[in-house]
Amino acid sequence: MEEVRLIEIKEEIHSDNTVKAKQLRDSLSKNKTFLLNLMSSPGAGKTTTILKTLEIIGDKLRSSVIEADIDSMVDAEKIAAKGIHAVQLRTGGFCHLDASMVEKGLEGMNLKDFDLVIIENVGNLVCPAEFDTGAIKNVMILSVPEGDDKPLKYPLMFTVCDVLLVNKIDYLSLSDFDIDAMKERVLNLNPKIRIFEISSKTGEGVQAWADWLTNEVKQFTAQ
Amino acid sequence: MHELQVTESILNIALKHAPADKVKKIVAIHLNIGELSDLENEWIQQYFDYLSKNTLAEGAKLVIERIPIRLKCDSCQNEFEIKRDEIKNIKCRQCGNKKCSLIAGRDYFIKNMEVI
Ligand SMILES: Nc1nc2c(ncn2[C@@H]2O[C@H](COP(=O)(O)OP(=O)(O)OP(=O)(O)O)[C@@H](O)[C@H]2O)c(=O)[nH]1
Ligand SMILES: [Mg+2]
Ligand SMILES: [Zn+2]
Repeated sequence: MEEVRLIEIKEEIHSDNTVKAKQLRDSLSKNKTFLLNLMSSPGAGKTTTILKTLEIIGDKLRSSVIEADIDSMVDAEKIAAKGIHAVQLRTGGFCHLDASMVEKGLEGMNLKDFDLVIIENVGNLVCPAEFDTGAIKNVMILSVPEGDDKPLKYPLMFTVCDVLLVNKIDYLSLSDFDIDAMKERVLNLNPKIRIFEISSKTGEGVQAWADWLTNEVKQFTAQ
Repeated sequence: MHELQVTESILNIALKHAPADKVKKIVAIHLNIGELSDLENEWIQQYFDYLSKNTLAEGAKLVIERIPIRLKCDSCQNEFEIKRDEIKNIKCRQCGNKKCSLIAGRDYFIKNMEVI
């Protein structure tokens, strides 16, 4: 019998991605470009919210959008149709974006020309939560029709986000979504998270979120 | 899920630490994975068996230790563990405060490996 030896490894499984994400953040800081990673389930309202938010921000910031649609151009075309700079990433059916994919999306653009880049991540509450994209802030959308129990089912996503946008509040009166119970669950998991209630359809609440974002970007780019 | 990508990382990291002149075969790899991760144990082993064919790690067993979710009370600094299904009702065991910070449970770590 040969003797079994132990080799210590002590390495993060995602160490390659973590290193890449850090490099990306350094480069973004140098170029004063604020990268926002937007995550949600399919259909929660990522594209609609991006459009509404950038409509309000207007020319206060020079903005761009990276779309990670699963092999379709639908969302990128919607954004570009509004005259907003958009980049389509080919994710080839991937369940999430990682830092090297985001880096590819940024390659074609001159970072110095943009203050704000929003990534529309792949619609999924599980996988994107585990991969650092290099973003400065992580934001997730939970929409009212999905139900107020999502923080219990996808706790990791709620712990990695800086901001929660509760979207489709125009549906609140039609549903049994308990917004206070949901907030309590989320704050329990992540006491530091900021919560905004919005409807990207009616525009309700979007101004407060857009103001907050503009302010964050300005602070970041002024550094 | 991205089990395939995760498995690939595990294999690459293990092989990196196994110089061919010193290691004949990797027998087992010990991983720490936090309770908060949705990774499926069975899938990882199956993908691993597939990806590791014809490498030093062929046939290696992945031994996964699930790391419990640990919280620290923001008020009294008490540290305690909870089960995943207790997430709906987080409360400090000592003072009852509901604001607690996550200190473990998101782990994604290769601890060591057994080789011959
Ligand atoms: N009632 C209502 N509908 C909304 C709201 N926001 C988005 N929607 C609708 O929800 C649907 C999905 O919105 P999208 O913005 O495409 O959602 P998405 O998250 O980008 O979807 P995927 O990219 O496919 O994952 C569309 O029909 C939107 O018009 C809202 O605040 N209220
Ligand atoms: Mg979309
Ligand atoms: Zn306490």
